[in-house]
Amino acid sequence: MTNPKVISRTSSDKELNSDYKYGFVTDIETDLAPKGVNEDIVRLISAKKNEPEFLLEWRLKAYRHWLKQAGKDPDWAKIKFPAIDYQDIHYYASPVQAPQLESLDEVDPELIEAFNKLGIPIEEQKKMSGVAVDAIFDSSSVATTYQESLEKAGVIFCSMSEAVQRYPDLVRKYLGSVVPYSDNYYATLNSAVFSDGSFVYVPPGVRCPMELMTYFRINAEESGQFERTLIIADKGSSVSYLEGCTAPMRKSHQLHAAVVELVALDDAEIKYSTLQNWYPGDKNGEGGVYNFVTKRGKALGNNSKISWTQVETGSAITWKYPSVILQGDNSVGEFYSVALVNNHQQADTGTKMIHIGRNTKSTIVAKGISAGKGSNTYRGLVQIMPSAQNATNFTQCDSLLIGDKCGAHTVPYIDVRNQTARMEHEASTSKVSDDQLFYSMQRGISEEESHYMIVNGFCRGIFQELPFEFAMEAQQLLRVNLEGAVG
Amino acid sequence: MLDIRDLQVEVSGERILKGVNLTVNAGEIHAVMGPNGSGKSTLTHVIAGKPGYDVVQGEVVFEGIDLLELSPDQRAREGIFLAFQYPVELPGVRNRQLLKSALDAVRLHRGQEELSAREFDKLFKTKVKEIGMDAELMKRSVNEGFSGGEKKRSEILQLSMLDPKLALLDETDSGLDIDALKSISESINRRVSSDRSTLLVTHYQRILNYVQPDCVHVLVDGIIVESGGRELASELEASGYKSFKDKDIQE
Repeated sequence: MTNPKVISRTSSDKELNSDYKYGFVTDIETDLAPKGVNEDIVRLISAKKNEPEFLLEWRLKAYRHWLKQAGKDPDWAKIKFPAIDYQDIHYYASPVQAPQLESLDEVDPELIEAFNKLGIPIEEQKKMSGVAVDAIFDSSSVATTYQESLEKAGVIFCSMSEAVQRYPDLVRKYLGSVVPYSDNYYATLNSAVFSDGSFVYVPPGVRCPMELMTYFRINAEESGQFERTLIIADKGSSVSYLEGCTAPMRKSHQLHAAVVELVALDDAEIKYSTLQNWYPGDKNGEGGVYNFVTKRGKALGNNSKISWTQVETGSAITWKYPSVILQGDNSVGEFYSVALVNNHQQADTGTKMIHIGRNTKSTIVAKGISAGKGSNTYRGLVQIMPSAQNATNFTQCDSLLIGDKCGAHTVPYIDVRNQTARMEHEASTSKVSDDQLFYSMQRGISEEESHYMIVNGFCRGIFQELPFEFAMEAQQLLRVNLEGAVG
Repeated sequence: MLDIRDLQVEVSGERILKGVNLTVNAGEIHAVMGPNGSGKSTLTHVIAGKPGYDVVQGEVVFEGIDLLELSPDQRAREGIFLAFQYPVELPGVRNRQLLKSALDAVRLHRGQEELSAREFDKLFKTKVKEIGMDAELMKRSVNEGFSGGEKKRSEILQLSMLDPKLALLDETDSGLDIDALKSISESINRRVSSDRSTLLVTHYQRILNYVQPDCVHVLVDGIIVESGGRELASELEASGYKSFKDKDIQE
C-alpha cells in the first residue's frame, strides 16, 4: 500500500567513518537564543512564534511551576547521570530563513541536503511516496510534504507553530489535556519552552490516506530540543503516525525533553510508531543524547484505541513511558517495545495503562536487549480503577542478555481496585546461549550474523507491529547498534 | 577426506578422547559405535568446532586443511555438517530464514551465487517433500515446539539443503519410530556419491539395517578399540560392548 523509503542507513560522506551513520553536522546560519532559561527566554520563544496570549500565559505558568521544583529531577529511575546545568543550554535554536515560505523552493538548500543525507527527501520531486513528512531541524519545522493532498481529505498535518496560528481553538482545547503542564519535571520544562513539533487533526470518519511521519534532527551544539506533538483523532477516524530521530556526534550531552499527547475520540484509532536513534555516545560513554520524554495517549471515546510501538536503539539515556489512559468504555491500549542498550547506554522505559472505562483492554509486550555495559530497565504500571468493570491486561516482559557486563531489570507495578479485572503477567530473562550460537554457526553463518539473527528473532513479535518498511528499518538499526557487541 | 591423528581431548580437565585415529575417504560411510560416555558425541563436536573442548594433542585434517585452526562457521562453509543429537530452539527465527542465510553463506564460499528467493523456495519445497516434513511445521521458529522425531527430520532436511561434503550424524537414529528411521536412512543413502562422506555415530545397530557402512569403528572409553566391516556391527549387537571393554583392559 505505502512504500516509504525511510531513514537512510548509508551515507556517501567519507568523513563519516564511524558506527553512527548520522553524526554529521550541518553548517547553517542559526538563530540562537542566549543560553539559559528564565521568564524572558520563555517570552522570547513565544514572541518569535507570534503566539496568542493564552499560550504565553500557559508557558509562564509552567515555567513558574518548574522553578518551584528546581533541582528536583526525577530520581526514581534506574539511570545515572551528572546533574544537568539547565542554564548551560540554548532553549531556542532555529535555522534562519524567510518567516513564511510560499513553497519548498525557498527552503535553504543546506537544509534540504541535510535531510537528503538522512534519506528523508523533502523536495517536491523526490519526496517519499505514500508518506507525508514533517521535518524538524533543531527547534523548527522546516517542511511538511503532501500537505495539499492531506487537506483534500480534511486531515491537518502541520508544525505546531503553524497550528497555533491557524487552529488556535483546537490547540487551546487539547494542549495539556493529556499531559498537564504540572505533570513531571521534564514535561513541565517542555511546556515552558517547547519550540515546535507536529500537529495532527483527523476529522470525524476519516481514515488518514497515508502514513504521517515526523523526522526530528538536532543540529546546533549545546542546544536542547523540546518539541511538542499533539495528535487528535476525531470520532470514527484513524491515523498511523511514525517518528524518527537522529543527532550529530557531539562530545557534550544533548537534552531532548519532548512531550507527545494523543487524543482518540469515540471509535477512533491512533497508531504511533517510533524509531529512536539519537546519538548514543561513544564506546566510552562520552556524549550522547539524554532522551527524557513524556508520551501519553487518552483513549477518551468509547471503543477508541491507542497503540504505541517503539524501537529504542539510540540515546545515552532513555527515560520514557508511553502510556494510555483508557477512559472510554471498551477502549483499547497497546504498548509494543524493543529497547536495545550497548556500550554505556542506559534505558529505563516502559508504559502505564490506566483503566477507567468499562471493558477496557490493554496489552503490553516489552523486549529488552542488553549488550556491552548497558543497563536496561522495564518499568510499567497497570492500574485498574474502581470504575473499570471487566478490565483485562496482558503483560509480557522479556529480557535478553549478550555478554556478562550488562544488566536487565524488570519493575512491574500492578494496582487493581476492581475485583472483576483479569490480569496476566509473563516475564523471562535469557541469554543468547552458547548452544544457540554454535548451532547457527555450524550451519555456516558467521558469529555476528548469528547473534543478529537470534536477537532479531527475539524481537519479531514487535517488528510485526510496525509498518512494513519501518520494520525493515528497525532491523537495520538493530544490526548497526549491535555491532561490536559480540566478542 | 578426513584424517584424525592421535586426537586427545579434555573437558574441564577430564580426558575424554585418549588418542583417536580415524580416516574417512571420499565417498565412504563410516559408523562409530560405542556405549554411553565413550566419547562418540565429543568426537563429532570436536570435528565441528564446538567450544568447551580442549584439544591437548593430535590433529584433524579435512581435505588438507587443519580444521582445528578454523572457527565453527568456517568449518561449516568448508563442507562439514553436524546433525545434532539435541537440536536447540531458536525462538522467533524462521526455518526458512536460517536455511537461506546458511545456504547463502555456504554458496558464496563455494564461489556460487546466492539463490534468488524464488529458486530457494523451489528447492526448499522439493526437499521438504522429499524428507516428508510437515510443510506447516516449517513456518514455525527453528525447532520450536517440534517433537523429538520432527527435530531429527529437520536436521536431515538442513543436511539435504546444504549438501555438505562431510556429514556428521550424532545419534540421528535415536528416538525415531520405524517409519522415520527408514525415511532418514533413505536421505542418507541418497547422499552417497564419490565426493560425499558420512560419519554416523550410534548406539544401535538398528540403523545399519538400512544404511550400509563401508567401515564400522568401536569406540570405548575414548579409544577406537576395533575397526572392521559391516559384520562388526552384528557382532556388537550379539555380544554387546562388554567384550570390547574387557579386551581394552587386557591390552
